[in-house]
Amino acid sequence: MDLENEKKQPRSVSEIVSIVEALIFVADEPISVKLLAEVLDEDREIVKAAVEELSSQYEQRGGGLQLREIAGGWQISTRTEYHAEIRAFLKTRPSAKLSLAALETLSVIAYKQPATVPEILEIRGVQSASAIKTLLDKRLIVAKGRKETVGRPMLYGTSKEFLLQFGLKDLSELPSIEDFEDLTQGI
Amino acid sequence: MEQTEQLTFNFFTETPHITTESPDEIKLELGKFAGPLDLLLYLIKQEKANIFDIPIARITDEYLKYIRLMKSLDISLATDFIVMAATLIEIKSKMLLPREIFDETEEETEDPREALVRQLLEHQKFKNAAQMLYERVTVEQAVFARGRIESDENNHETNATVFDLLTVFQKILGRRKEEIQMEIEREEVSLTDMLKNLKRRIFQTNELNLLKFFEEMHTRRELVTAFIAVLEIVRTESVKLTQTATFGEIILKKV
Repeated sequence: MDLENEKKQPRSVSEIVSIVEALIFVADEPISVKLLAEVLDEDREIVKAAVEELSSQYEQRGGGLQLREIAGGWQISTRTEYHAEIRAFLKTRPSAKLSLAALETLSVIAYKQPATVPEILEIRGVQSASAIKTLLDKRLIVAKGRKETVGRPMLYGTSKEFLLQFGLKDLSELPSIEDFEDLTQGI
Repeated sequence: MEQTEQLTFNFFTETPHITTESPDEIKLELGKFAGPLDLLLYLIKQEKANIFDIPIARITDEYLKYIRLMKSLDISLATDFIVMAATLIEIKSKMLLPREIFDETEEETEDPREALVRQLLEHQKFKNAAQMLYERVTVEQAVFARGRIESDENNHETNATVFDLLTVFQKILGRRKEEIQMEIEREEVSLTDMLKNLKRRIFQTNELNLLKFFEEMHTRRELVTAFIAVLEIVRTESVKLTQTATFGEIILKKV
């Protein structure tokens, strides 16, 4: 009986696309295909296709909103082009930028994770304690246990917040560290 | 453009300048010379030297000149810079020794500069990566997602934890320390009284700003008692700790 009921009204593709859009809209955080599929009780492949269809709809329309993949999920957000007007309306200014020291430390952690304080020191040549504290306070990095070596130093890795703030799908979206090498030859 | 209001720093500035990270924290940024490796790279560039064949004597002299200048600026930075100075002098002295002493038979011994060059190149790579991150975050700040939708279930604001509470508490304790206090003998407030007081406050107004509540306390001891009372009331009464933003103010609410 139940099975019959479910089968009675299979959703059409356009219906799934619409529901997916609605769910992405109400989700506070980027919502994964997996979670969408669970909520819809549909096959993950179907949902994935629906998200992609929706994504191309957004592209074609080219409105003020974009649909994009970030931090392991999908999110509807404004397009960068309209930031000035949005800021004027919201009366916000861009939040304070990270210091150069914090950014450097973050780049070492992002690429070497899990990374320890001595490893960061080795690359930066500077003690990075206050930069690490800033990054922890901003929740851009998290402690990931301790390294089983002399002194058992704390291991640090990047957080989901890092992906969100730097607009990354996942860590693999970071350009390879070797890509930055040829730039160094210019010295 | 909104460029004027942005707190920016230029990756390529060479002069020290002040960057503000938060309203109550002023930081002196030594521009490009964030560390000894940066200074070294700068000097190598200035001298138009080849990074794979660093004129170590000349660079060491220049480096020491800068260090003397900077030592007066920032002491904690100076320690890292001094370590590098020692390394440079060590390399310089090794370079002065005739090579034969090291390589009697082998055709190749490691150049004393090699480890340093490797470190410099590695450092430069991550500096470029940092630049990339800087650009990414700048672009990302121009993107806005929808604000939170209020709902019962997704009451994110209830997620204030004991640690958030501790953070607020620590803030107040820190502020208290700075105030000069006239110690006047006063009666100690017991936990029971404090709890009574706290309960009365909450049930009168339905909600209570914890920061304000803590600030009413006069002594450290009272503060600690108030803190314990808050923990106790959350545990025993139907109240909840809410927070509207990460690190925002914590409000005690009647459920």
